[in-house]
Amino acid sequence: MTDNVVALPSEEQFQARIDAEEKIEPKDWMPEKYRQTLIRQISQHAHSEVIGEQPEGNWISRAPTLERKAILLAKVQDEAGHGLYLYSAAETLGITREELIDRLHKGTSKYASIFNYPSITWADIGAIGWLVDSAAIVNQVSLQNTSYGPYARAMVRICKEESFHQRQGYHIMMTLMEGSDEQKAMAQDSVNRWWWPALMMFGPHDGESAHSAQNMKWKIKRRANDDLRQQFVDQAVQQAHAIGLEVPDPDLKWNEERGHYDFGAIDWAEFERVVSGNGPCNRQRLAHHVKAHEEGAWVREAMAAYDAKRRARKANVA
Amino acid sequence: MTERTDISRYAVRLGDDALILGHRVSEWTSRAPFLEEDLAVTNVALDYVGRARMFYQYAAELEGGDTTEDTFAYTRDARAFTNLLLCELPRGDFAHSVVRQFFYDAYALPMLQALKGSYDDRLAAIAAKAEKESTYHLRRGREWMLRLGDGTEESHARMQAAVDELWGYTHELFEVDELEQRLIDSGIAVDPRLFQHDWHDNVAGVLREATLSLPEADWSIRGGRTGHHTEYLGYLLAELQFMQRAYPGLKW
Repeated sequence: MTDNVVALPSEEQFQARIDAEEKIEPKDWMPEKYRQTLIRQISQHAHSEVIGEQPEGNWISRAPTLERKAILLAKVQDEAGHGLYLYSAAETLGITREELIDRLHKGTSKYASIFNYPSITWADIGAIGWLVDSAAIVNQVSLQNTSYGPYARAMVRICKEESFHQRQGYHIMMTLMEGSDEQKAMAQDSVNRWWWPALMMFGPHDGESAHSAQNMKWKIKRRANDDLRQQFVDQAVQQAHAIGLEVPDPDLKWNEERGHYDFGAIDWAEFERVVSGNGPCNRQRLAHHVKAHEEGAWVREAMAAYDAKRRARKANVA
Repeated sequence: MTERTDISRYAVRLGDDALILGHRVSEWTSRAPFLEEDLAVTNVALDYVGRARMFYQYAAELEGGDTTEDTFAYTRDARAFTNLLLCELPRGDFAHSVVRQFFYDAYALPMLQALKGSYDDRLAAIAAKAEKESTYHLRRGREWMLRLGDGTEESHARMQAAVDELWGYTHELFEVDELEQRLIDSGIAVDPRLFQHDWHDNVAGVLREATLSLPEADWSIRGGRTGHHTEYLGYLLAELQFMQRAYPGLKW
């Protein structure tokens, strides 16, 4: 108030705020590229929650016990809720949900590629909860300190629920490993299929990641992909061994000196293949979402028409 | 001891309604018209599955032995299920699901309110918990009836078609067989005939407000309580029971 001269916001001032660990809020000035990067990242995250309903929802009707069915319903409901928080966070950046969904349907906005793999057996519900949600938590915990306020706050809420999901997934695996030979084989087969895709969730090596350096500087991203992946491997390997599951990596070895597990090379060609549309379920996942959206069009139109009529009636009365 | 068996059978009926309807509602998960509704339908499905579990758990305790909630859900064939036919019909379009849910919830709420006064404490306690959910379900259902009935020409036509198609399955809601009559006489079961007129008035009122017509059709289909189901139920059970049938007797 003492100064009449309003300084023009600049990239330097913005960076100074970031460096001082201040949170950037929706009304604050921000570089356009920061805004676009966040829209891309948050919407991709939101779409992942929503598309993730499909492989898990695939087992709601066939869950093996009523307790498992109830837990799975609650979990999928949480995922949809996470999608909502995240769409709301993205909307604070000046984009509408319709635009975000449109980008998803056009393929210009992506979702986590791991959901392009199918959930074929019940054990996959365990593996998704345990491995996929664990990997997501490792990443999301680091994002609780991301520089954009609404995103950081969404992460705090989401992490609380994800740790419950992770425990449930692990519990499914544990129960299978305490069961019959067929159940153990089902669990192991599932880990064999989901292990490597889970490692790929952290993205390319940092040196090869297109956005990493700038995102670290802006503190959109707080930790390097390879660090996060290592943390995940270290914890998941121990959890696997604790219940008698093998990790499908012949190069996996405890490295005393580093205090971490060494692990084999990731098949990035496979990653590229799936990201670029050639995974087992890419077309199915998108078609499912498009179909639900299109079949719901008459419902959304009816809601809008009804609201308009009601407003008109109120106006007439007043 | 006859009464104990009667109560167990009655609890299983109520559990069957909840499980089968919950299954149909859960088919909307990831398929709802928008994300908020996806969340809401999944929540309703969860309420119904939870309700099924409470009724089955009580029935399992009454039956004793190795019987559990899952015995009822996973090891009986269609003829042993005693849910109302309305609950098992395919989900259809969103209008069908809204109308089915509204018809059922308009029945479930007064039913649970009366069941709270049952001489059987356990049934009364389950009813008290379920009543809160049904109050919310019915409020939600009523809103959907109004929005879609009085929305666009298309939504109105879809809603009227659903009302006309489902109406013939509502008569069964208010029928009482010997088992229920015995339990009504001993103050344990609810007599749905006592609130049949209120149900009709309530439904007719909402239909009118939603600009929909009350069907004049005189057809009706019944049989759920005696295990005379539609052909749809067998497929529903084939899916629901797949794991327990493919891998019997294991823990999950």
